[in-house]
Amino acid sequence: MSKNLRINNKQFVDETRKLSFVFNGKKLYGYKGDTLASALLSNNIHLVGRSFKYHRPRGIMTSGSEEPNAILQIGNDDALTEPNVRATEIELYDGLICNSQNCWPSVKFDIGGINNFLSPLLPAGFYYKTFMWPASFWEKYEYFIRKSAGLGKSPTKQDPDMYDHRYMHCDILIVGGGVSGLIAAKIASDDNKKVLLLEDKELLGGSLIYDDNDISKIDNQKSSEWLKRLIDNINNDKNIIIKTRTSLAAYHNYNFLLARQNLTDHLSVNDRNNKIRQRLYKIRAKKVIISTGAIERPQIFHNNDRPGIMLASAVKKYIDYYGVRCGLENVLFTNNDSAYETALSLHNSGTKLNAIIDIRDNSSSEIVTKIKSLGIQIYWNHTIVNTKGYKRIKKVTVMKLNDKGNDVIGKKIELNCDCLAISGGWTPMVHLFTQSGGKLKFDNKDNIFVPDKTNLNQLSIGSAKGDFELDDVLINSIKDTKKFLQIENSNFDKIDVKCSKEKEKKNIWLLPSDKPLSKTKPFLDYQNDSTAKDIKLALREGFKSIEHVKRYTTTGMGTDQGKLANMHALGIVADTTNTNMGDLGTTTFRPPYTPLTFGTIVGRNVGQFFDVFRKTPMHDWHVDNNAKFENVGQWKRAWYYPKDGESMHDTVQRESKAARKSSGILDASTLGKIDIQGTDANEFLNRVYTNAWSKLQVGKCRYGLMLNEDGMVYDDGVTTKLGENHYLMTTTTGGAANVMSKLEDYLQTEWPELNVFLTSVTDHYATASVCGPNAKKIINKIFKDLDLSDESFPHMSFKEVKLGDINCRVMRISFTGELSYEINVEASYGKYIWEKCIEAGKEFNITPYGTETMHLLRAEKGFIIVGQDTDGTMTPVDLQMDWIISKKKYDFIGKRSLYRSDTIREDRKQLVGLLTDDPNEILEEGAQIVKDENKKPVNMLGHVTSSYFSPTLKKSIALAVLKEGKQLKGQKLLVPMINKTIKVTVSDTVFLDKKNERING
Amino acid sequence: MFLINCPYCGERDQSEFISGGEAHIARPKQPTELNDDQWAEYLFMRKNIKGVQFERWNHAHGCRKWFNVARDTSNDKIEKVYKMGEQPPKL
Amino acid sequence: MKNKYSIFSLIKNALSNHENWQRAWGDPEPKKEYDAVIVGGGGHGLATAYYLAKKHKLTNIAVVEKGWIGGGNTGRNTTIIRSNYLWDASAGLYDHALKIWEGLSQELNYNVMFSQRGVMNLAHNLQDVRDLKRRTHANRLNGIDAVWLETDEVKKFCPIINTSQDIRYPVLGGTLQKRAGTARHDAVAWGYARGADEMGVDIIQNCEVKGIKRNGDSVEGLETTKGFIKTKKIGVVAAGHSSVIANMAGLKLPLESKPLQALVSEPVKPIIDTVVMSNAVHAYVSQSDKGELVIGAGTDSYVSYTQKGSFNIVEETLKAILELYPIFSRMKMLRQWGGIVDICPDASPIISKTSIKGLYFNCGWGTGGFKATPGSGDLFAHTIANDEPHKLNAAFNINRFVSGDLVDEHGAAAVAH
Repeated sequence: MSKNLRINNKQFVDETRKLSFVFNGKKLYGYKGDTLASALLSNNIHLVGRSFKYHRPRGIMTSGSEEPNAILQIGNDDALTEPNVRATEIELYDGLICNSQNCWPSVKFDIGGINNFLSPLLPAGFYYKTFMWPASFWEKYEYFIRKSAGLGKSPTKQDPDMYDHRYMHCDILIVGGGVSGLIAAKIASDDNKKVLLLEDKELLGGSLIYDDNDISKIDNQKSSEWLKRLIDNINNDKNIIIKTRTSLAAYHNYNFLLARQNLTDHLSVNDRNNKIRQRLYKIRAKKVIISTGAIERPQIFHNNDRPGIMLASAVKKYIDYYGVRCGLENVLFTNNDSAYETALSLHNSGTKLNAIIDIRDNSSSEIVTKIKSLGIQIYWNHTIVNTKGYKRIKKVTVMKLNDKGNDVIGKKIELNCDCLAISGGWTPMVHLFTQSGGKLKFDNKDNIFVPDKTNLNQLSIGSAKGDFELDDVLINSIKDTKKFLQIENSNFDKIDVKCSKEKEKKNIWLLPSDKPLSKTKPFLDYQNDSTAKDIKLALREGFKSIEHVKRYTTTGMGTDQGKLANMHALGIVADTTNTNMGDLGTTTFRPPYTPLTFGTIVGRNVGQFFDVFRKTPMHDWHVDNNAKFENVGQWKRAWYYPKDGESMHDTVQRESKAARKSSGILDASTLGKIDIQGTDANEFLNRVYTNAWSKLQVGKCRYGLMLNEDGMVYDDGVTTKLGENHYLMTTTTGGAANVMSKLEDYLQTEWPELNVFLTSVTDHYATASVCGPNAKKIINKIFKDLDLSDESFPHMSFKEVKLGDINCRVMRISFTGELSYEINVEASYGKYIWEKCIEAGKEFNITPYGTETMHLLRAEKGFIIVGQDTDGTMTPVDLQMDWIISKKKYDFIGKRSLYRSDTIREDRKQLVGLLTDDPNEILEEGAQIVKDENKKPVNMLGHVTSSYFSPTLKKSIALAVLKEGKQLKGQKLLVPMINKTIKVTVSDTVFLDKKNERING
Repeated sequence: MFLINCPYCGERDQSEFISGGEAHIARPKQPTELNDDQWAEYLFMRKNIKGVQFERWNHAHGCRKWFNVARDTSNDKIEKVYKMGEQPPKL
Repeated sequence: MKNKYSIFSLIKNALSNHENWQRAWGDPEPKKEYDAVIVGGGGHGLATAYYLAKKHKLTNIAVVEKGWIGGGNTGRNTTIIRSNYLWDASAGLYDHALKIWEGLSQELNYNVMFSQRGVMNLAHNLQDVRDLKRRTHANRLNGIDAVWLETDEVKKFCPIINTSQDIRYPVLGGTLQKRAGTARHDAVAWGYARGADEMGVDIIQNCEVKGIKRNGDSVEGLETTKGFIKTKKIGVVAAGHSSVIANMAGLKLPLESKPLQALVSEPVKPIIDTVVMSNAVHAYVSQSDKGELVIGAGTDSYVSYTQKGSFNIVEETLKAILELYPIFSRMKMLRQWGGIVDICPDASPIISKTSIKGLYFNCGWGTGGFKATPGSGDLFAHTIANDEPHKLNAAFNINRFVSGDLVDEHGAAAVAH
């Protein structure tokens, strides 16, 4: 720390706690309470970065979230590093490591600086006009453009930090803990409202808390003293929840707001372990009060971007709050009175102020009168026309303004300085108001946009609403808050405020220079290097809308989102086009207000919490038996069970052989299950399935196909009639939730007259499906008293049976073509019954098989899988399942669509079987089928939907959808692959046991 | 992120609900009597109004009931919530 | 004749301090009558006008735009361009567009920064694998470059993807179209506007259509905020507002307009050099030339014209991003916004005549219209000029919703973007 820059004994930094940090490899020191910016400044460091386009040296300019220049890479750990962190926002901690971005080899000597000399060739939008020749070269140009763009570097390792979410509800949300927000909080609390108060800084109080002059008085006390008492009061108020280091990110419709709290970024790295880094508050507020304050504007003149040029309010804050002088030779440049407070702070802290340049003719306010009395040189009606100093400002050149303020006259005056404090007036922070959908109006007196109309229950107060002087801020905040909360009296009603009042105002958006504009560099958007010239060029080229100007010049599109640049851009457009700024409107302020960490937005929903895992009751058994799993929707389904390093192919061959030769067992618990009850349940099924259900008897099962209203196959499954007016429907695993929703929709909205009740019972039952020639023997061992004869328990029927105390629903249904029983039990008995089957089946080599073998077994029988053999474009007729469409039923979901001109076409794609000429060749699922691959364009007739090698048939089999497939049985076709063409013959879809004899064992 | 006042549960965050699109498009009682144009009108054609639209919503992550909402699609303001089977409000 | 853009013109203009650049397009008041009027000054509308003038010599035409050109979905999308669609009709349409993209900067003399950095679509379950392989086979036979990549090849092409097989929905492979990529969205609108303006097309901004005047079954003109404009041909390219215009003509369309959101991160040095799309995990990401990660979020389930979606959609999107790219956890969202997309039931567009003579619609592009901009403009211009569709857009007629001959791209192609 440079001794003559630190002003000792400031209350907001703790000089007993010295902190070390490293900037660009150099170890430096600051104090607890510093921001990184104030610590750098106390070490006399202004130059911290290079600009985006011209790589011009840039210094710290502000003391807040509007900072365009001082954005640094924090940390050098691959996982913890963070790009583009504003030095003005991050609190200093011991061991902080930071580096300048976007410069090489160093911020002091940056090769990219050559762009500054090429700048005549790089006006706004130059890239739209060039890099087009030769045509193939764009990607080569782009490679270099990309490398030079970007600011900091992304982390390259996984973030070890935790993030969190929390919902908050309150009567009144107050955004901003400055004086107006604090008063509003107190008024609301006194009225017994639940208040949530957010402040993005570490401490409450805003800018008044470090106001140290004698001119502003509240109730005859120094304003900061008065405020401290109010803060003590609020800190002890039980109605007020205060969240500091919490910045509001977004204000959505219906008073839904998002705020981010920083919990560890101010701690040294070692103190962060196991703590949540940031928390996102999701807030629903009955009423919202916005007291976010205002930010100071710069002034726009030639070379207004050198390190050492800062906002006047920032210079004041660094002195009065952090105790840091930003320079030893200061010059002030202003168009308003507020900068004179900075002058006073400089004076009071014993810091040299060489001169004040004010574009106004005079000012007669109390504070200016005081400064005049101090003998400080003031250049009235003057402007800065140039600055000098490459890496730090050294001199300013000043000239007198003409009467109109559009040119300079007289001779040049040069003034030395190492810090130039500039003020172009103030801009209310209306971002949140406009994000919420509020409409702004233009105030011609102060050249500001202020909140106007809103549909939401919200209020803007203080300088966020356009009140800048202390008496206006306080008195209007009190008045407006009372009205907003419908309160008659408050404890502030007799407040007495004294302050300096500004009488003379003058604003020039683009200050004149002695040089033609084209020879100057008056920066608007410091980060993106856009200048007033760029704005004028855009207008010349016909970009008329402010949004066009913004996009063409990239003004306001940096990481500061144009907080400093936007007003001047608007002003210059308005001046150039002779438009009223109010008519011009603003660009859209898009959320978030300040950039929001991805991790914070996601919260805990990462890694294992990304999405729920649905596991069947038998899951642990599958894991213990080396199952590989497949994701089906959110379910983990056993896919295959390899033994001793078996390949998947070998496993599936073994599993399917066992199922066909003796017995196999499948965990079918994931199938969707819907319990249907009610006197109209039968009619309901008639309406939702294509086939007829009226004659189904109790104890019988039936397969059903469900269509969408557009006639396309939607879902399928077996439904069992458990009792009179009681059915159990099964659906596909992936489709379960959607089928349930669809059925509820029809029942509630189209057919409310039906007496039907639906209950999803997918998770309530577990299902073990035992199949194979020995299935009956196995089931018989488990249920000794159950009559399994074909007469008593035929295919497609159901029995309810007890195993001890366990109620079992046994269905004799088959998806494999084998004799097959499905045992359904309450989920908690799932693993028990599964193990029971395994035990009983041991002597028959019962083999657990997964979804892959299930797919093979059913394909051998030509059974479809909805979603694999269908894709939302297949009707039952296309699937050659005409038999399942009831001719008698008047209506069912999707029926009408089956008779549209396109759906009755004979040459639609239809489900067929395919056999490869080489029986060992297995087709790839998804492969296309053609007749002639040489004729271009290739006419694709269809594609392979399912394909396997059948160990039972000892050949490859496939299902496919094929144009006019029904007519093509026996036809030779081709399946062209990248390296070869496979010859196939169209076949029937049933490959095995065409007579359905295996179903009876 | 608007709030919807479910007629069965009260005011809840919109993310608990799913939209079922335009309301009061009754499924034709006799679909077979319709020609392809009329059927397409029912199946696909929508007013897609900018302004107050009557629409169906389902409290999917709550009571799972369907109901109707009159909502201004130009600002998401909900004018009225009413049950299935009730007539749309006159606005 | 407009001055040509080149490095030489840039140098020449630098010498005159850039004072002499011409307007890229004019700012005319509407004439009383045009041969055709395009409603909507987005990329598709401006491209339509450009090709009407260039290929069909219709130069007495206008584009009317409610706000500022390119301010709707053109300026709000994530700029992904690809043509690896499943169905022949879609592949034909989008590859037609892609071929025009490949020479567009030169044709327009405006650098639209079409960057063929490849688009990868990831598979996360076995059905994804089947669907994407099916699409790859179809693409190959349709002459569209698309290859299947195994998981290790995915990793090699984009090393920052988390291809661990232990994550919730591991990457099981993916497809890659190398000719696919991104372009600079604003430049597309501006380039077409400049080109159309040069051929005499009037581009009229801040001109909102208030009504369509009909005489029986034919159109007669448009009521606008800048007065009545007489014309016999109206081509509507109004994206999210298509139904609003259709309602003025007494038509209903099979569309719903829904909020679609997108976001960008703060700019960083190059970290991802391609475009990666995952439908199952719902994460779409690329990196702009400025360094921002450009991330597409999902649509809400409800109709809204607010250009604002709900925050939980953004949350879901970033959740998916962090699942596939855990290194981005400390990156920061810089801007988030929404657009209004008009979605057809089959996730395919409409480029079609209507039952009203002289009224044409180009709509229903849903979440993925940007990529089609040049092709859409070309084919719509053909349809308007000839009162008949081109063979490449014949399948995209309105009548398909009556016949049932849909081009269902969300069934198997899975990726609606």
